[in-house]
Order: sequence, then C-alpha cells, then structure tokens
Amino acid sequence: MVSLKEIVKKERRLSPGHRLCPGCGASVVANMVLWATDDPVVIGISTGCLEVSTTIYPQTAWNIPYIHSAFENAASTISGVETAYRALKKKGKIKENIKFVAFGGDGGTYDIGLQALSGAMERGHNMVYVCYDNEAYMNTGIQRSSATPFGASTTTSPAGSVIPGKLQKRKDLTYIMAAHKIPYVAQGSISHWRDLIKKAVKAFEVDGPAFLNVLSPCPRGWRYDSKLTINIAKEAVTSNFWSLYEVENGNWKLTYKPKEKTPIENWLKKQGRFKHLFKPENTHIIDEIQNYIDNDWEDLLKRCGE
Amino acid sequence: MAKKHAEVGTTAVAMAMRQINPDVLAAYPVTPQTAIVQTFSQYVADGKVDTEFITVESEHSAMSACVGAAAAGARVMTATASAGLALMWEILSVASGLRMPITMVNVNRALSAPINIHCDHSDSMGARDSGWIQIYSENSQEVYDNVIQAIRISENEEVRLPVMVMMDGFIISHGIEEFETLEDEDVKDFIGENKPKYSLLDVKEPVTHGPLQLFDYYFETKRQQADAIYKARSVIEEVGRQYEKLSGRSQPIIEKYFTDDAEYIVVVLSSTAGTAKSVVKELRKEGLKVGLIKPRIFRPFPYFELEEVLKNMKAIAVLDRSCSFGAQGGPLYIEIRSALYELVQKPLIKNYIYGLGGRDISLENIRSIYSDLEEIAKIGKVEKPVSYFGVRK
Repeated sequence: MVSLKEIVKKERRLSPGHRLCPGCGASVVANMVLWATDDPVVIGISTGCLEVSTTIYPQTAWNIPYIHSAFENAASTISGVETAYRALKKKGKIKENIKFVAFGGDGGTYDIGLQALSGAMERGHNMVYVCYDNEAYMNTGIQRSSATPFGASTTTSPAGSVIPGKLQKRKDLTYIMAAHKIPYVAQGSISHWRDLIKKAVKAFEVDGPAFLNVLSPCPRGWRYDSKLTINIAKEAVTSNFWSLYEVENGNWKLTYKPKEKTPIENWLKKQGRFKHLFKPENTHIIDEIQNYIDNDWEDLLKRCGE
Repeated sequence: MAKKHAEVGTTAVAMAMRQINPDVLAAYPVTPQTAIVQTFSQYVADGKVDTEFITVESEHSAMSACVGAAAAGARVMTATASAGLALMWEILSVASGLRMPITMVNVNRALSAPINIHCDHSDSMGARDSGWIQIYSENSQEVYDNVIQAIRISENEEVRLPVMVMMDGFIISHGIEEFETLEDEDVKDFIGENKPKYSLLDVKEPVTHGPLQLFDYYFETKRQQADAIYKARSVIEEVGRQYEKLSGRSQPIIEKYFTDDAEYIVVVLSSTAGTAKSVVKELRKEGLKVGLIKPRIFRPFPYFELEEVLKNMKAIAVLDRSCSFGAQGGPLYIEIRSALYELVQKPLIKNYIYGLGGRDISLENIRSIYSDLEEIAKIGKVEKPVSYFGVRK
C-alpha cells in the first residue's frame, strides 16, 4: 500500500535547492518514482533539464550515486552499470541489493535515445527506465520532438500564417515499449500520485526491465501559469489525452477510467502552445485532435478488455 | 612457461582477453574485429571466463555501457574497428573526460566513403585527440602484449584513462603468425586487482559522475586530463619494464632498428614496420646506412625520444597510413615535424601517404623510399614534402 503518511517520512533522494523551474514536472516525477523503493538506487540521467539543473558543479542535488554520460545513452549507460553490478556481485565484491534506474526526457527517449532504450530492454537488464515526457526539447528551448502532440506550437514547429503548429501525431512510445514484451510497462501521471508510485513499486520489483512513461507538464514550454502543473496533468488524464494503464507480463490493464471524459478543448485552452488553434480558421484541428483521442481510447479499451 | 601458438591476430587478442578475464565486455560486431568477439563469446559460453558480455545494439551503446560499467568499478573491455569507432566518437571523449579505465582493441580499417573493409589508420587517427592513450602493434605478439599492459596502464592511479590498442585489419587480424602467450596465473598476477576509488556501487558514499561544468570549472578539469596523459608516459615505461621481465620481450615507447649509425630513416607505425625491417636488413648487407623507427605509442606522443634519435639523420621518410585532409601531411608526419622544430640543424623530412583502403606496400616500394632519401640528401632539399605513394595518377 502506498500511504502519504509514510511517503512524507522518507528521505528525498533528489534534494531541494536544484535549479529546475518552478512548477516543473520532472522533479516531481523523479521523487515519486524514487520513493517507490527502499533499496539503494543508482541513477543515470540523459542530457536534459533534469540533468543540467541538478548537477551544476561543484554542487549536486543527488543523495544517491549518479551518472550522466550523454543525451542518447542513459539506457545503455545504466545497462553497463547494472551488468557491472551482476559481475561484481557474482564475485562477492558487492553485498547490497541495488536497484538501477535511468531517466530521460522525451527527446532523449522517444527520439535520439530510442535505439539505446530498445537495445537495453531487449537484453533484459534488471533496470527501470523512466521517461519524463514534457512533449518537446525543453532544455534547448522548446523544439518539437516525436512526443510533441499534433497541433502544438514549438520553436521548430511554430504556428505561422501558413502552417498551424506541428502537423504530425505524436509517437505512441508506451505501445512501442509494450511491444518489447518486457515484464512491466506503464503510463503514469504526477496528478495521480498513488497510481504512479504503485506502478513504480511494480517496476522496481519485477525481475528484468521495466518502462514507465510519465507525463511531465512544463510551464515554460506549454505556456501556462506554473502553479497549474498538477491540474494540467490531471486534465490530460481526464480528457483521455494521457491514459493511465499498465502492461504486466503482457496483460493490459486500465488503472484509471475517467467517470466522465472532459473535452480536449478545455485542456488545450489552458495552454499557450495551442492558442492558435482557437482562431476560426484552425478550429477544425481541435476536432481532429478530439477524434485522434477518441480513436486511441477505443483502441486502448479493447486492449485492456474493457 | 610460455606457450607458442600459430593463430590469427584476432585469436591472439581473444586469448589475452580470456587471461585478463574482465568483469564486463560490451561489444558489437564489425569487420575485421568480428572474430575477436566471436572467439570471446565462445569462451563465455564454455565458462572459460567469468565475464558478463553485453551484446549491445551498436558501438555507441558499447562505449556507453563500458563507461557505465567502469564507473561502477568493473574492469571493462571492448573491441571495434572503423565505422564502429566512428560511431563511438561522442562517447570516446566522455570515457576519457570521466577518467574511466577502459581497454579497447581497434582493428584498423578504412573509413567510409567509399566503403572499404581493409586496413588503413584513418579510424584511430581520427580519434587521436579524443583523450585516449593510443598504442600501435606491429604483429600478433605485440597486440597480445599491448592488450595485457593496457589494463595496468589505464587503471594506474596517476593515469585513470582509457587505452586504445591498435592492430592492422586483415594484415594482422586475419594473418596467421606465431606468438607466445604467458601463463594464465602470470597474467592474473601482472594485472592485479582493479581498485576503483569512486564506484557507483558504493551506495554508502554516493558520488555524482558527469556533472555540468561551465566556464568556471571545465578548463581546469581538461587541464588535469592533459596532465594525466603526459604522466602516462612514465607509467607506460614502468609497466613495459615489468612486462619485459615477465615475458622477455622489450616494450619500448619507440622501437629503434639499426638507428645508431643510420643516416636514412623510415618512421612508420604497425605492420608496415615489419616489412620495412626486412628491407633494412637487405640494404645493410649492401652497406647502406639505413634504419627504421616504429613508434609504439602515439598518444602521449613521444616527442623527446623522437627528437633525440632523429636529430642526426640526413633524411627521414615518415609513412602515414591515413590522410589529415587539408593539413600539411599525415598525422604522424605533422607530429614528427613539430618534434624536430627546436633543432637548429633540422634533418630533411618527407611524408609518404600510403596504403589507404588496404593497398599493399611491397619490399620494392620501401626500397624505393630509401633510394629517395639518398637522393634527397644528395641534392640537400625535399622537392615535394608530401607525396601519395603508389597512387595512380
């Protein structure tokens, strides 16, 4: 059972005082996931917001062993660490039971790090990979990634007089990871903390690789007031834009079903990145987005046997 | 007791790896390195090593996994060639910048394009400024010896840098030669235990590896790294002396062959030195004062040793098996010219870029280079300082 009373007593593995923006979802993702195990954890992070903001030499916000190598290789780097652990444990040089986790943003996971992630998952390392998905390259200044949703304006898919933001649908990475048939894959949101931590507990417990995709709202990139982060995350879930489910040993299960689906228009309206969609000539795009969401939801329901 | 073998060069490497018995090996197959990882995989499958072999999906991940495993305090090895080394490029400087002791065998092969699987040094020369120690091997015996020494060099507390050991693709990797191996126990004693100082697995003393350093600290870190690779020179010598005691084979930073009274000298890396030695022997019989220098270490570059031995030569030919496009000659030539700059009386020096994409260099070819040197000395100047040897017009 995940109880708030117990969680607040736990030491923070990512300590306060780091330089992430106010309202950033990434540190919330990191803390929630790291609360899910009491075992020692070694963490690897790909280049990105979470990395640059937490380890500005000579300071570090990490109370646990940490490694950063490059942008696209958090999965392969941690696969090396985890393998070293198995090799040294076999020789009796390591006594503790240690968990291994890699964090990457959507750029480092959906795009440039996809190959390294796929390889590490296929090889079956006992590690958890967490994508904190803020739907664009936020660290370099809000450029579009393959996780950026259809219609969003970013600095490399700007809304202009001819092109109304990003023209492509986002890639469904969680499905791709489920297709790896690893022991555990789940999608979570910081708004549904109990659900997320439960998933992280399972991810750490399985013998073999696990993948968590967690929506991580970004006030700067999504253009909303930083105090609204959790609300924005919540409405992404209730609108079925970001569904909460898990795939455990091949069994698909919906872990949250909104009582009543909220229209996507309400969620889009709260974010400056979708502002241009509300011009009369672009409102058909909102209908298209709603359509995509409804179809994806139907597909997910079928997979989950609902 | 040493054992004699007649095997291909890749087997010599795999045998050294078996005796080293690293904790972790992460590698991806690439011609002409493939036989190394295949042979080693069989050792793993047959339980002849304790190594955990990570069969990565690319060389980029191979080097990334090596960095992770080394940061976790494991003894780590890999092997690659050409395109594989090129794909690792980004992480090569991460490995050296994080001061990770990793030993890698690079089987020298030309870089694309055009695609070509045969030997030249464009792959490792392209990585010469990546912060890795670079050791070049003439034959299977040397690559076996160098791989074992590389473990000690890279893990030395003063050094803590990755080491790249080169062998010529196909010429050595796929050529059967005689070589000797040491006893397993002797290798084990020689390399000793890896004693990592800041392991990621030391969960009681957590360390942050790879933090962000900007204009306020980055430069000092890089300066320390520059000092470390210079310090490696004496460590390489000391490890070489100890290895010589064990094996009976000397391990010079630069090998000097008939240089004492020589007037005309060829400087060349790797297997071509073997061909050149037999030419020197022949020409010596004819009474010509010719000699050969084979640098074994390219990084750190042996400036002083080369200056000392080259200063009294009448004419020098530097043979480069790679191009530094747009530069004044090949990488070895550029470095050697720089090493001779302080001399008041500078010897005449000519660069031959040769053997790209595996083009053969014959005994007659090398003979003609010594004749060129005589001619150069006679007229007292080098007409064409950089030439492409054996290329069709």
